[in-house]
Amino acid sequence: MAQHDQGQIEQQIELPFAESVRISFQSLMIRFWRSIITTAGITLGIAFLVSVWTNSEISEAMKVSGRTDQITSFEEEESTGGISIKDKWLILMSLIVCVVGIANSMLMAVTERFREIGTMKCLGALDRFVVRLFLLESGFQGLAGAVVGALIGCIGSILLNLKDFGLDVFFYFPFFPAVGDDGTVRYGVLLIILGGCVLGMILAVIGAAFPAWRAAKLPPAEAMRTEV
Amino acid sequence: MADIVVRAEGVVKEYRMGSNVVKALNGVNLEIVRGEYISLMGPSGSGKSTLFNMIGALDHPTGGDIYIDRQNMSHLSMSQIAWFRCHRVGYIFQNYNLLYVMTALENVTLPMIFAGLSVSERNDKGVELLKMVGLGDRTHHRPDELSGGQCQRVAIARALANDPTIILADEPTANLDMTTGREIINLIKELNVRQKVTVISATHDAKMLDVSDRVVNIRDGMIERIRNRDEIEIEIGKVGGH
Repeated sequence: MAQHDQGQIEQQIELPFAESVRISFQSLMIRFWRSIITTAGITLGIAFLVSVWTNSEISEAMKVSGRTDQITSFEEEESTGGISIKDKWLILMSLIVCVVGIANSMLMAVTERFREIGTMKCLGALDRFVVRLFLLESGFQGLAGAVVGALIGCIGSILLNLKDFGLDVFFYFPFFPAVGDDGTVRYGVLLIILGGCVLGMILAVIGAAFPAWRAAKLPPAEAMRTEV
Repeated sequence: MADIVVRAEGVVKEYRMGSNVVKALNGVNLEIVRGEYISLMGPSGSGKSTLFNMIGALDHPTGGDIYIDRQNMSHLSMSQIAWFRCHRVGYIFQNYNLLYVMTALENVTLPMIFAGLSVSERNDKGVELLKMVGLGDRTHHRPDELSGGQCQRVAIARALANDPTIILADEPTANLDMTTGREIINLIKELNVRQKVTVISATHDAKMLDVSDRVVNIRDGMIERIRNRDEIEIEIGKVGGH
């Protein structure tokens, strides 16, 4: 201890990035079931969004391919091309549910750890180290949750449509982006899946960044006082 | 001239509660000598924990200055404050504040990660510290597998991780029974004597009195009186005599 006696106060060192990755990954694995629940929140949001959107794409592809006989009557009325109003509304709703659900999951997951953040700062963690830890954790969770969610959503939607259209779903499967005869742009299921993954990850990171940043900025005494 | 390690000059702390302003500290002046064991005593809400937080750089004063090793704490950058918390101070809390997802050893080595020690250095030192507090056989247990007294021992080992000059203990015995509390106090006192760390403790545990070099009584955000060890002993003698 004598080495620091009356010495100058120095700048705190930055931890190597690999160390942050290791700590955040370990932290996720140790509280495995809690992480799974948070991740499940992300999975559900993205699965809902991707399934609604994929469904709309498949219906559209079936319509274009002439298999309109199976489509419910009020969707037929919207044969003006592009996604029907109902589908647009559904996609928008599922997007909102997804955003709110993920934000809520991450907010809770970080807020219940305010005391931990305060403790880490007591032990010498820099604010940005704490924030980076939570960004990494939420990034891992967001990516894992969103990939699983997008696949579940896509597969679920295909199964539902198999019931209506049989194997035609695969013959006319709108996998790649395309431009229809009337000039409407179809995103294709591939883009929807990728989009779902990116969206899930971004939402998870943003959802965690806000409370983590707020907690890291608090004086440790206050962060440790916070009760959830 | 005494070697002053902590000096508080007219420290004021106000909290805003809605439209009211509550003065938790109202002009505290205090000097703490290197190597002494000092207890801050006072009832709940007297401001002792607030003063404790100010000295440990866990919160900023609204007014006045805190000097540690003649360095004005309010002039430090965020990065320097983090360094200060990491290297100069060891914190011990009433509710231990261990990270419950980590083992005893991981808890003890966490501050060493922040100090940039290598894996082998910190594991060696962590095991050594846990042995010193009597938990050599509990290194891979999580806090929920340890008793309250054992958790507090882990917290003490963690507080010593980066060889601090000051140990700040906030009600370290409040959640412990008499015997365990006594053991923890003796352990802290031993560190104070053997390693010459300055111990600053906020407490209302009377067991703390007979190990303290000085006792500072705080009331309504101000220092009511400061007693030296010999004065305390006379009072304890009086109590014992009745």
